[in-house]
Amino acid sequence: MDAQDPALARLIDQVSIAREQRAPLDICGGGTKRFYGESPAGAPLDMTPLSGITCYEPTELVVTARAGTPLRDLEAALEEHGQCLPFEPPRFAPGGTVGGMVAAGLSGPARASVGSVRDHVLGLVLLNGRGEILTFGGQVTKNVAGYDVSRLMVGALGILGVICEVSLKVLPTSVATETLRFEWDEARAREALSRWAAQPLPINATAWYAGQLRVRLSGARAAVAAACERLGGERLEASEADAWWSSVRDQSAEFFSVGEANLARGEALWRLSVPPVTAEIKFAGEQFIEWGGAQRWWRTTAQPAAVREAAARAGGHATLIKGADRSFGVFAPLSTVLMRTHQALKQAFDPARIFNPGRLYQGL
Amino acid sequence: MSTALSAADLMKGRAQRQREVVAALAEILPRAAILSRHEDTAPFECDALTAYRTSPMVVVLPDTEAQVAALLKICHKMEVPVVARGAGTGLSGGATPHQAGVVLSLAKFNKMIIDPVACTATVQCGVRNLAISEAAAPYGLYYAPDPSSQIACTIGGNVAENSGGVHCLKYGLTLHNVLRVRGFMVDGEGVEFGSQALDAPGLDLLSIVIGSEGMLAVTTEVTVKLIPKPLLARCIMASFRDIESAGAAVASVIAHGIIPAGLEMMDKAMTAAVDAFVHADYDLEAAAILLCESDGTPEEVEEEIGRMEAVLTAAGASRIEVSRDEAQRLKFWSGRKNAFPASGGISPDYMCMDSTIPRKRLAEMLRAIQQMEVKYNLRCVNVFHAGDGNLHPLILFDAEDAAEMRRCELFGADILETSVRLGGTVTGEHGVGVEKLNSMCVQFSETERAQFMGVKRAFDPLELLNPGKVIPTLHRCAEYGKMHVHRGMLPFPELPRF
Repeated sequence: MDAQDPALARLIDQVSIAREQRAPLDICGGGTKRFYGESPAGAPLDMTPLSGITCYEPTELVVTARAGTPLRDLEAALEEHGQCLPFEPPRFAPGGTVGGMVAAGLSGPARASVGSVRDHVLGLVLLNGRGEILTFGGQVTKNVAGYDVSRLMVGALGILGVICEVSLKVLPTSVATETLRFEWDEARAREALSRWAAQPLPINATAWYAGQLRVRLSGARAAVAAACERLGGERLEASEADAWWSSVRDQSAEFFSVGEANLARGEALWRLSVPPVTAEIKFAGEQFIEWGGAQRWWRTTAQPAAVREAAARAGGHATLIKGADRSFGVFAPLSTVLMRTHQALKQAFDPARIFNPGRLYQGL
Repeated sequence: MSTALSAADLMKGRAQRQREVVAALAEILPRAAILSRHEDTAPFECDALTAYRTSPMVVVLPDTEAQVAALLKICHKMEVPVVARGAGTGLSGGATPHQAGVVLSLAKFNKMIIDPVACTATVQCGVRNLAISEAAAPYGLYYAPDPSSQIACTIGGNVAENSGGVHCLKYGLTLHNVLRVRGFMVDGEGVEFGSQALDAPGLDLLSIVIGSEGMLAVTTEVTVKLIPKPLLARCIMASFRDIESAGAAVASVIAHGIIPAGLEMMDKAMTAAVDAFVHADYDLEAAAILLCESDGTPEEVEEEIGRMEAVLTAAGASRIEVSRDEAQRLKFWSGRKNAFPASGGISPDYMCMDSTIPRKRLAEMLRAIQQMEVKYNLRCVNVFHAGDGNLHPLILFDAEDAAEMRRCELFGADILETSVRLGGTVTGEHGVGVEKLNSMCVQFSETERAQFMGVKRAFDPLELLNPGKVIPTLHRCAEYGKMHVHRGMLPFPELPRF
């Protein structure tokens, strides 16, 4: 990236001033994920002027875009060439940016079968807390030169630096897709998911909610057709299926909308990330299961400590996505040794502690 | 006079230091697990990059995590460098010992548990890569990353190097197939990165530990994903009359939305060498051949092989042969997998390069290498993981001939610098180790290298874990920069250089 570029030069200036004044910056893209993580603080650092796809060659399966590029523009460009971001980043609302997608590190319904945002980041350009422009990784899929700093930025919520440009691995859109629906209770659904996971089936996404399991198959025509035959269930119309999966991906489905009234009643939306074969986890409220059992959403009034403990007991962790009481922390607490390493990394990238302070954990 | 004295002092100092370290380690390790006599430590002097050798001060072979924790505590307190080592199959000198350090051999950590329900394996770091797939086979599962050294290399080493393999285009690298790494920080404190779930809270430290070449933490246990074994695999061998059309065919396969299970390319010189070594049924008339594999259910494979054939034919393949059965498929691969030993059969020595470039630059790169063969007056045979643009040019030379050795090094550096210029990287899968320290000066700026060092110190403030690898010093880059100006025409070529 060219440091003379006006949009980038302006960011470098803002960061330099903030560093001198030790004044925190709140890195902002499209503002679609401000509910996620601990509360934002600091003067806004607007990333949207740093926009545009800088390089896209479909035969390389790689796209490079500046951080402020609207996610919608990126997806449209890929679609024109029959390609996609296979990890289906949730959009929540229009206006989200590529940089925000990487910084939040969230992946959609297909995550369990195709990998996460992090798995598809090949390289990025970072503006660190010293105002230096650094390039890590690259535009090639195989690269082990130096530490994998670009992937460390995925899900870091901007606490280590400003993502300026990202190169992503993209994939061809599947030739064939079908969605099957089964009227099954949770236990039966989990049992089937676990059994199928050990078989060579083209399962791309799964979701269980309110007594229904939906399974999306995708791949070669013959493989999808054969799997439909084998698994049975009811086949959904393409338009109905697409709308359903989009509502899960973007969390626009009814289940995910926890309004003011619900919050006031002490209801919260939790995301539990657990080993997929974890037995039933039960609270008062409603559950939505994705990723073959590895991601379990709960709308519940259960005590935060109880939710955290259940997730930890299963070998996973729980994140508070929406909730009035955040005093227990949004993210599961880290071990002493991991927190010490987090603090040392913060010091290494952002010694003046100006980037998104406290957004991931207090003190970072 | 003074030099001789100080050298003797150094020897004496080292012997003294060695006695102190051995005595401290003997408190927590059985005597048989500590090697310090030269004849005992000699097998640990190098990894598969045999040109670089250092005699380690001490080698330890613990067999419990408690011993690892205790010995790290001692080394940390005494400020002794520690170099962790698996099977020693690394090609970039990542396990080259430190002359004043301890080599921590983890070969005895060889237990594993397969969980066929969760589709995971939890394995100790010394378990061999292929042993995981063998243990998972009865359940119809396997561990996907398959570096060519998979019969010998260990999972701990794979984590250190983020190893790939011929199937990583479709199935990913070590990073994409590891859920959790358990181990120890430099001071002996236990730590876990990642989890049994698909993610973990906080920064994604698992990502940075994988591929960190043993410089951030010591790995003792790894949880990997197992995936269902494809029911069928078939391989196409396609011949091309010129290198350009073979390179274009690779891009064309991808452009048509096909992600082959493997996509490999060999040039004519390579197929000739291979054919003399194992008879793999290759087309020896072709300027280049491609191996293009499809795997999955029988229906899937039939459909995909049909699409691949059509694309390769349209791209100008002069001959196409699809493997009839498993025996023929393995025969096609036997040649590719024996490319390195076959090169050893046609030359006293060879140097293997490992850069990655964008796929579309393959033909251009091959032309550049042909010109370099003339420039440096050395032969080069080429195998590529073409699907992901990862090149393994093998430069043939005779190490006994000092001038030839020097030309070979310049040839290699030229390939790496050309790769960076074409938008690639100096190492795709073998790692930096000690071998590519100079090339890191070319690929990364001073501030980027300083940031790498910042990451290193965040984990290991005293720089005791595998010091001197991956990140070149400023001084080294300055020296290399001076030579770089006169690339190919070194000033004072008669002077030895290190």
